[in-house]
Amino acid sequence: MAEITVDCRGDICPVPLVETRKALRKAAPGDIVEVLGTHPSSKTEIPMAVKALGLEILEIGDEGGEWKIRIKR
Amino acid sequence: MSGAEDIPAQVTSSTSITPEELAAARAASVPAATTVAAGEAAVPAPALPQKATIIVHSGDFDKIYSAFIIGSGALAMGMECTLFFTFWGLLRLKKGVGLDSGPLSKMHMLGLGKWMIRRRMKKSNVIPLEKLAQDFKELGGKIMACDMTMEIMGVSQADLRTDLIEEYCAVGSYINEARESTLTLFI
Repeated sequence: MAEITVDCRGDICPVPLVETRKALRKAAPGDIVEVLGTHPSSKTEIPMAVKALGLEILEIGDEGGEWKIRIKR
Repeated sequence: MSGAEDIPAQVTSSTSITPEELAAARAASVPAATTVAAGEAAVPAPALPQKATIIVHSGDFDKIYSAFIIGSGALAMGMECTLFFTFWGLLRLKKGVGLDSGPLSKMHMLGLGKWMIRRRMKKSNVIPLEKLAQDFKELGGKIMACDMTMEIMGVSQADLRTDLIEEYCAVGSYINEARESTLTLFI
């Protein structure tokens, strides 16, 4: 099972959401997609998209405005 | 839950939806299951894909941006999306014109306003419009071109961005897309 990192630090709407979706499309079932970012709204919206896609959030972390979301495809 | 990635949100008309699920569905702008057209009433309602259809009538720089941001956002959130380009919007799909070549819808000020906004956008690291259009396509977005506009404006398929446009059609095709959409916008 592969682990894919999407680095969207410094990117703003809609890039983190779009890049997450692109990575999830490319990932195989079971793969882990880890998204790194700084855009505040994306931190709440990416989990909304993950839920709408019927996938699983493994972890949401935040350190000094830099967040990390781990998703299981 | 592997393998479910391309299946849109499962919202059924069953009564077993928990309040949490309902709230989540509302938060994600997912409406309740739609009923099928009268002619197909005998067929049980299929799980319709959530779809957004946007008419891109304006050729203004900021409005084309809005259309592609909303469109790619819809795709990213698991919906399908179709952009129907007509009138001034369609002219931005001409080869060699540039999607971002239109004026600002307000405060264009002979190009000064647009120049300022572009500078601010670049500073804020906003994605270039052309790149956003490529992402829209990569996520499976569909672009339709209005053939009536093509006739009025004397534009042929050869003049247009065939790399972006998937279908050349008229109002009937738009309606056909819109009737199965849960979100339609006119920009």
